[in-house]
Amino acid sequence: MTAARLELSGLAKTFGNLPVLGDLSLSVGRGEFVAILGPSGSGKSTIFKLLTGALSPDAGAILFDGVPLNDRRPFAFMPQRDALMEWRRILDNTTLGLEVQGIGRAAARRRVAPLFAEFGLAGFEQHYPAQLSGGMRQRAALLRTVVQDKDMLLLDEPFGALDALTRADMQRWLETMWSRHGWTTLLVTHDVREAVLLSDRIYVLSARPGRVIAEVAVPLPRPRRTGATVAAIEAGILDLLLSTPTEGPER
Amino acid sequence: MPFIRPAAARAATAFSRLCLPLLSVGGLFVLWEAYAQLSGIPPTTLPAPSRVLTQGALQYRALWDNTLPTLYATLFGFACSVSAAFVFSVLIDFFRPLRRALLPIFVISQTLPMIAIAPLVVLWFGFGLAPKIMLVALVTFFPMLIALVQGYAATADEIEQLVASMGAPRWRVFLLARQPSALPYFFAGLRISITYAVVGAIFSEYAGAAKGLGIYILNAKNNFRPDLVLAAVMVSAILTLLLFGATVLIQRLSMPWTRLAGNRTP
Repeated sequence: MTAARLELSGLAKTFGNLPVLGDLSLSVGRGEFVAILGPSGSGKSTIFKLLTGALSPDAGAILFDGVPLNDRRPFAFMPQRDALMEWRRILDNTTLGLEVQGIGRAAARRRVAPLFAEFGLAGFEQHYPAQLSGGMRQRAALLRTVVQDKDMLLLDEPFGALDALTRADMQRWLETMWSRHGWTTLLVTHDVREAVLLSDRIYVLSARPGRVIAEVAVPLPRPRRTGATVAAIEAGILDLLLSTPTEGPER
Repeated sequence: MPFIRPAAARAATAFSRLCLPLLSVGGLFVLWEAYAQLSGIPPTTLPAPSRVLTQGALQYRALWDNTLPTLYATLFGFACSVSAAFVFSVLIDFFRPLRRALLPIFVISQTLPMIAIAPLVVLWFGFGLAPKIMLVALVTFFPMLIALVQGYAATADEIEQLVASMGAPRWRVFLLARQPSALPYFFAGLRISITYAVVGAIFSEYAGAAKGLGIYILNAKNNFRPDLVLAAVMVSAILTLLLFGATVLIQRLSMPWTRLAGNRTP
């Protein structure tokens, strides 16, 4: 692991009198794929809201390349489900981030167009999202994310809405793409196998208020396939999650 | 994949779309004609549709001359109302307290009885086009405003969060996410309001006008010509249907994605 790109230390967030995150610290190195794994309600999505600036933390610091976050966020965010705009063609959905950055529509299209083949979307540029399958929609959403050319990807349960078969397919595909491009990636998921198959390291969160109860390194060679080693790590993490007592709002 | 329907299914849809309504409306006319012919009811009380049509045809020029002012009042009034509704919906969306401040006024405006307000507006603003435009706008403003406000609120959270995470300021989130999300609601509002608009225009003419279907109806009634009253009613019905059809057409042209397989519109 090289020097940390993203570093969260002592992050805390409370909604009303409901503590959602309590003293959360973690780091992501350059080119590293890190997963945050936790039960629902462990504040996983809140972490991303703090990173994208939709919320601000009550305590703690977020450093990127050693500097506190400012208004220009270094993240490209991929939300739960695909969040494709039904009224835009796939091509115009994928250029959305570039348009927001102030790049002209024609220039943005020129930048996105060559990537369609690699994302398995060639020929679907002029289609509307309603015409695509779930897996294709996710690939379009990931294309929209990576083409923004930010320093780091934030993936919020990207395959949660897909059927099991498509999800497994998409996980393999994402691993291939990640191996090829080396994106610095932070993935939020509650799918243990997904975390083990994709990540270099996994932070396991407790139930609310979320904090790190374990950090698991996954030193397996890639490409990974489900097998005994993966299953063993998976079982270990599951045991850990199930044996951690659920804490109420008042600690 | 684009969804292609087989020709037979398409023909069946065309049949049920076009023929079924024609049959039901035609059936109604046949019943009416039979009743008027066979019951011996005098045509000065209930004229048969055949009489309405022939007398209407004889009065073709007068009907047409009185339809145009109604059409203008409807279109201008509706255009004003849609523009005003858009401006206020944006204001309300950006400054939430305005919603509480303004909504009671708009609700009250909707409860005003046309029958009381129309003569007053004519009294204040004369027999010209202005009071008609105002009254049409008054009737249609509220449904349009509510449609837009609801439409913005229907924006998917994750789309808004996504656009905001890209660094878009609030006005860009509105333009990129909230405004397009409101389109289906906007068109639903448009379809409902356009029918109110025609009725509003005719009613405001009824309260006093130099020309228009409303005043034509009033005069025909005073001359004991129910056949001409009904002829004017038919003209207004056709006018409403045409305007309604126009809104549907505009919607189809401006929202091509809703015609695809798996479309989801309210």
